[in-house]
Formats: sequence, C-alpha cells, structure tokens
Amino acid sequence: MTVEQTASLAAQSSPAVQQRLTLWYIVRRWPILPVTLLALLVIMGVGADWIAPNDPIDQSLPDRNANPLYRDGSPYLFGGDHVGRDVLSRVIHGARVSLSVMGVALSAGMLIGTGLGLLAGYAGGVVDELITRIVDIWMGFPFLLLALVAAIIVGASFQTIMVLMILVAWVSFVRNVRADVLVIKESGYVALAKISGASTTRILVRHILPGTIGTITVIASLSVGNLILYEATLSFLGAGIPAPTPSWGNMVAEGRDYLQTAWWTSVIPGTALFLTVMSLNFFGDWLRDRLDPRLRQLG
Amino acid sequence: MGQFIARRVVLGIIALMLAMLIVFSLSRVKGDPRYFFIGEDSLGIDPAVWEEWGRRLNLDKPVPIQFALWMGDILTGDFGDSVTTQRGVLEIIGEKAPNTIQLGIIAWLLGTLVGVPLGVFSATNRGNFLDYVLRGFALFGQSVPIFWLALVMIFVFAVNLGWLPSGTKGEGLAIRNFVMPAVALAWFPAASYLRITRTAMLEILDSEFVKFARAKGVAQAPVRWKHAFRNAIIPPLTLSVFVLFGLLNGTIIIETVFAWPGLGRLAIDALWATDYPLLAGLAIIYGAAFVVMILSLDIVYALLDPRIKYN
Repeated sequence: MTVEQTASLAAQSSPAVQQRLTLWYIVRRWPILPVTLLALLVIMGVGADWIAPNDPIDQSLPDRNANPLYRDGSPYLFGGDHVGRDVLSRVIHGARVSLSVMGVALSAGMLIGTGLGLLAGYAGGVVDELITRIVDIWMGFPFLLLALVAAIIVGASFQTIMVLMILVAWVSFVRNVRADVLVIKESGYVALAKISGASTTRILVRHILPGTIGTITVIASLSVGNLILYEATLSFLGAGIPAPTPSWGNMVAEGRDYLQTAWWTSVIPGTALFLTVMSLNFFGDWLRDRLDPRLRQLG
Repeated sequence: MGQFIARRVVLGIIALMLAMLIVFSLSRVKGDPRYFFIGEDSLGIDPAVWEEWGRRLNLDKPVPIQFALWMGDILTGDFGDSVTTQRGVLEIIGEKAPNTIQLGIIAWLLGTLVGVPLGVFSATNRGNFLDYVLRGFALFGQSVPIFWLALVMIFVFAVNLGWLPSGTKGEGLAIRNFVMPAVALAWFPAASYLRITRTAMLEILDSEFVKFARAKGVAQAPVRWKHAFRNAIIPPLTLSVFVLFGLLNGTIIIETVFAWPGLGRLAIDALWATDYPLLAGLAIIYGAAFVVMILSLDIVYALLDPRIKYN
C-alpha cells in the first residue's frame, strides 16, 4: 500500500481510526524514539557531573549489591554494585565514554577516511591503487587481538582506546567516498572548474566534497554503533577503559561474577549499551533510506 | 583465474607480513623486549645471563635483521615459548585450536541456516506482520553486545532455570554445553545474514526476469528459489567473509564468558598474564586464518558468479 493510499484510507475512516493511523504513520516515518534516546545519551554524557545523584567512584561497604528501586533501605534507584557504588551514577558517567568514541574516534576516522577517499578517487593511478590496497589489507587485520597486544605494551588507557578506535573507524569511509568521487569528477561542473583555473584543493573541497556529504553522513551513522560496541568489548575484556572510571563495558565485566546475587550490576549498563547502539543503528538505517538508498547493500 | 588467485595470495601475504611487522614493532616499543619477561625494576639479574639471553633473542644485531630473523623463525614454525608455561607457543595453540574451530563452525552453520532462510522469508512476505518481527529481530541482533547477550543467557537459562550448563566444554561433543555459546556467537551473524539476504531478494524479486517468470505462470516456490534466490546469493556470500572475521573476534568474547578452553580464552589469559610471545603468536595465527578464509571465499565467489572479472 502506498503512502497516498494509506493517507486516503485514513481520511475516509472515523476520527479515532484516523488519529491512530496518523500516529502510527508518524512513528513509522520519523525515528522519534531513537532520537529521544540519543538526546538523553548526550545530556547524560555532557551533564554527568550535575545529573548523577551520587559520585560514580565513591565506594560504600554497607551498600554492597544494594537492591534496585530503593528496596530494603537501598539508597540507590538502580541498586549498588559489588563495592557499593551507585549503578545509576556509573551508567550516567559511562555515557561519556560512548560519547567520546562518537566525538573523537568517529570524527578523526571520518576526516582521515574522507581525505584518503578524495585523494584516491581524484588522483587515480598509483595513488589510488596504493590506497585501495591498504584499505583491502586493513580490513583483514585481526584488530581485536592487535588491540589486546597493544593493551599489554602501551597499557590500557583512554588515549590508547581512542587511537585504536580511530584505526578501526577510517577504512569504511575511504571506499565509499572514493566511489562517489569517481562519479563526481567526471561531471561537467568539475570540468568547468578545471577550465576556469581552480586549484586542485579548491576543486576537491568546494566542488567534490559537498557531493559526498550524504555518503559520509550515512557511513558515519551506520558505523558509529559498531565502534561503540567495539569499545565496550575491549573494556569488557579488560583492555579498554581502566577501572575505576566507569564505562558500560567494564561495568558489565565487573558485574558478571555477581549475576546470581546482583543481576542489575551488569544487566543495567548492558541495557544502556544495547539501547544506545540500537538507536544509532535505527537512526542510521533511517538516514540511509532518506539520503542514499543505493547504500542499502552495506546492510 | 590463475592470475586472479595469485594476486589474492600475494595480497594476503602482504597483509600477514604487515601484521607481523606491527606485532614486532609493538614488541620493541618498550625498547628492550627482555623487559616483557622480567619487568623493568628487577635489576638483580646476572649481566652475563642478560647478555646470553640477548644473543639468543638476536638483540645484538641491527633491528631490521632482528625482524628478518624473527619472521624466519615464525615461518619455520618457531613462535618462541610462552612466558607463563614455558612451552612452545605453537604447541599450546595446536592444543586449544580444535575447541575454537568446533565452536566457530557450529556457530557459522547456525547463523547461516537461520539467517538466510529468514531473510528470504522476510522478503517474500514484505510489509506484513512477520516481516516487521523479523526486521525487529535483525535490528536487535545487530545492536546487542554479544558479551552481554551471553551473560543474560547464562542468567536466564543456567542460573534461574537451570536448563543448560553455564560454562566449559565438557567431554567430547557435549551438545548441551555447545548450545549457549553457539547461539550467542551465531546471533549477530544470523541478524546480518537476514538483513543482507532480505535486501538482495527484494531487489531481485523486483527485476524484469522475475516478473516475466511470474507472467509466464511459474509457480511461487520455483520463482522464489530458482529465479530469485540463486541470483540473490552473492551479497550473503560476500558477507560470509565478514561473518567469519567477526567469529574470530566473537570467539574471544564468548570463550571468556563461557570459560571455553579455546584460543580466545587463551588470548585473554595471555593478556592478563602479559604473556607477550603467546599473544603475538595468536595474533599472527588469527591473521593467517583470516587471510586463508578471505582467499577461499574469493575463489568460491569467482566460481559462482561468472560476471566477476579476474583482474
């Protein structure tokens, strides 16, 4: 059934049905829930110091594995963990790590990947061959293991994680930006820009780059969920954000020994992680369908 | 065809050498790799022993030569000894590898056999309730962190219901022990296969030759499977490379959660014990496994789709 048919059906129906149909229509058409969740994530990450009801690192022995929902005299809404820290406050502070992955690793990866993609597509020849080969090889790296090796040697820290995330993030941009550039550079306006004496930089930045923005946005939104999962995995395995700084990954890891007695210590941060990634993926799908349905093959 | 394969093999070898170069460079980041074994503060070692040790690790030679010698050792199968157990790295890896391979193959089959048919089903039922459910499942599957999924499964099926054992492999092929790790590991691939197959099928079902087959009066089932599915098989096949790669990473996580005695668990133990030679060996073996996988899939891919040009 097409959109028009749905709309005309809605118009003919009784007011109640009509309203329900429009509501369903809006929910289906706009990613309201995911965007709300993502907004919440940003607010939590940025304002963690003000929002969090308790200190995320302060331990309190009497509140070890305290029950959630303030039951049995528990001081915490989401319960306490194995050393009596407030799970809710830690989840709120943990949002910062995910936000940093988005802010630092994704943007750096985007810059590097886009730059190389532009270069490869525009320059062609040996440069193109070289960059494409590097990308091919890069995709085949056992990154999780290399990340573990790096964690042994340089030590797990916030900086190490961000560098690793950048190393993972850049590749997916190169291929797709390059493919776009190959098409755009044959277009008339690029030829005209060349004839009128525009410099290569100007052609790349002013004439070609704008044409690739759609692709870049889609790739960014589709890959950010995976990056966040990747960071959480590293933190879960003990090669990521070091304790006591809360990240959702290391919270799940710390809570796993207490599944039997205090399931909330790992289930709650895991849920936060899952909801975040799901919102991002959902939003990414929506954006792709809107901006560039050709990219559907990326799945 | 021969040239195509040769090219791929060369690329694979370069990738592997690059991985080795990175592993080697990382081992020299701290300066002297001997510090992996004794720690920088333990200075009470006899200088003569220290020197002898350096000679054995070829540290008296220039760095490029060290790399060449190290690579030569690896190529002849000498990965050095594990720091914690003092046994050959390759020997330990050989011991644990079957457990990981069994788990990986089962998960891969499970993911493919669940994901691909569901994708076809979802596409042929486009827009109805089941399609929405399946798409929801796919979105869920691609978003859920598998370490967390595994923990929730343990919490529900092992801790609360007591239906399945929560960890370890058991003797031989104990099916009950395989259920949870294999399902957790197959979850993400199944979701990816579903999505990719659905998209590919929708595209093919919309094409002229399918419409023509329908117009000609071909029955529903042959149109779906003979006309459409055969032509929609390339995207899921391409995905297989990434799925297998994902499984290599996934086993590290799943084996940690389920205390599975395989390579992934070995890697994490090596991480905690800062057993550098063992971890480096694993990184190289995993890299090699990936190169072999990608190569064999490339060849299958080229055989299945005559449109692919071998250059």
